[in-house]
Amino acid sequence: MNEYTYPIVFGIMLGVIARMIMLRTDYRQYPTYLHGKIIHISLGFIAASLGAVAVPAIMELEFTAVTFLTLAATQFREVRNMERNTLNELDQLELVPRGKTYIEGIAISFEGRNYLVIFTALIGTLLYIVFNPYLAILGGVVALVLGKGLMSGSIIKDIVDIKQHDLHFDGAGLYVDTIYIMNIGLKERQEEILKYGMGFILTPKNMNVITTIGNLGQRQAILHDTAVSLGVFRDSGTPALTPLIKRDLDDGRIGVFILPQLRDVEKAIKVIGSVPVLESAIRMPSESKPIAKEEFE
Amino acid sequence: MKLEKAILAVVTTDKTRISGGAPIFICDNRNESEALAANLEAITDGIAHSLSDDLFIIVKH
Repeated sequence: MNEYTYPIVFGIMLGVIARMIMLRTDYRQYPTYLHGKIIHISLGFIAASLGAVAVPAIMELEFTAVTFLTLAATQFREVRNMERNTLNELDQLELVPRGKTYIEGIAISFEGRNYLVIFTALIGTLLYIVFNPYLAILGGVVALVLGKGLMSGSIIKDIVDIKQHDLHFDGAGLYVDTIYIMNIGLKERQEEILKYGMGFILTPKNMNVITTIGNLGQRQAILHDTAVSLGVFRDSGTPALTPLIKRDLDDGRIGVFILPQLRDVEKAIKVIGSVPVLESAIRMPSESKPIAKEEFE
Repeated sequence: MKLEKAILAVVTTDKTRISGGAPIFICDNRNESEALAANLEAITDGIAHSLSDDLFIIVKH
């Protein structure tokens, strides 16, 4: 036991708590299994230890110890790779795949969360050593809240208006409002689709959003999340029953065609609205220098 | 090169307007061709698309 024992233990505990808060199993169903959770809490523990030990190391004038943090960076990039590979493998067996963009988004956040854990543990230990335990607890809570805030991005509802539209056929062409979805040749399938399918039109609120929701990965994420939350009316060997999203080239609206098991319009609108906007899909043409910002308002 | 899409079969009732390429199935009427297309769709895991009243293609996506 020395003067740093309590601060370090405190920092590690704070970091692990932060990791547990950020490790929630929600509708994304990942990670669902106990082993997955153990892996992430253990890695969170390592991250927290690194963050907590950094402060006493500096106080003891052991500046080289900070280079350990670079080791951490390498380690957690590995976590991202691990997540990406696992999810890619699993994705091939999904009825409605997540899509690469969504997977990358999940992998990025797994890496990012570990850095937040380091940061939280570091703050906790620093405040404990420099000031007192009470301030450290307060600072820790602030760091946890901040971490939680940093980790939640915007959702689809913030960037588009969602309206339900009936599906209809023009010859063999399936349409949601005026947006062409696909060609279904067989009468039987057409009847199934009219019976079980639902159509939604997502109208972008501004110019930036048009490119964002046009992104194929973002569209696949919408389909995946609705399939997870509402179920999906399809099986392997029925490629005609595939939920699809197509775009209106004129104004950037997208037409969502889904085949939910739970056919409730209100719920479906809520589910589509709460799909996360994927970091990698976000485009900001309004930030482009040659283009005046007013054009996009 | 990996083919992303391919026409697996053609089902038609008008044999004067087709030749070559994919396997072709000639039917007598619309009902028969629909039934055949439905079967082919199930067997090949493709989608039956209708290009006109007397022509179906089964496409692998």
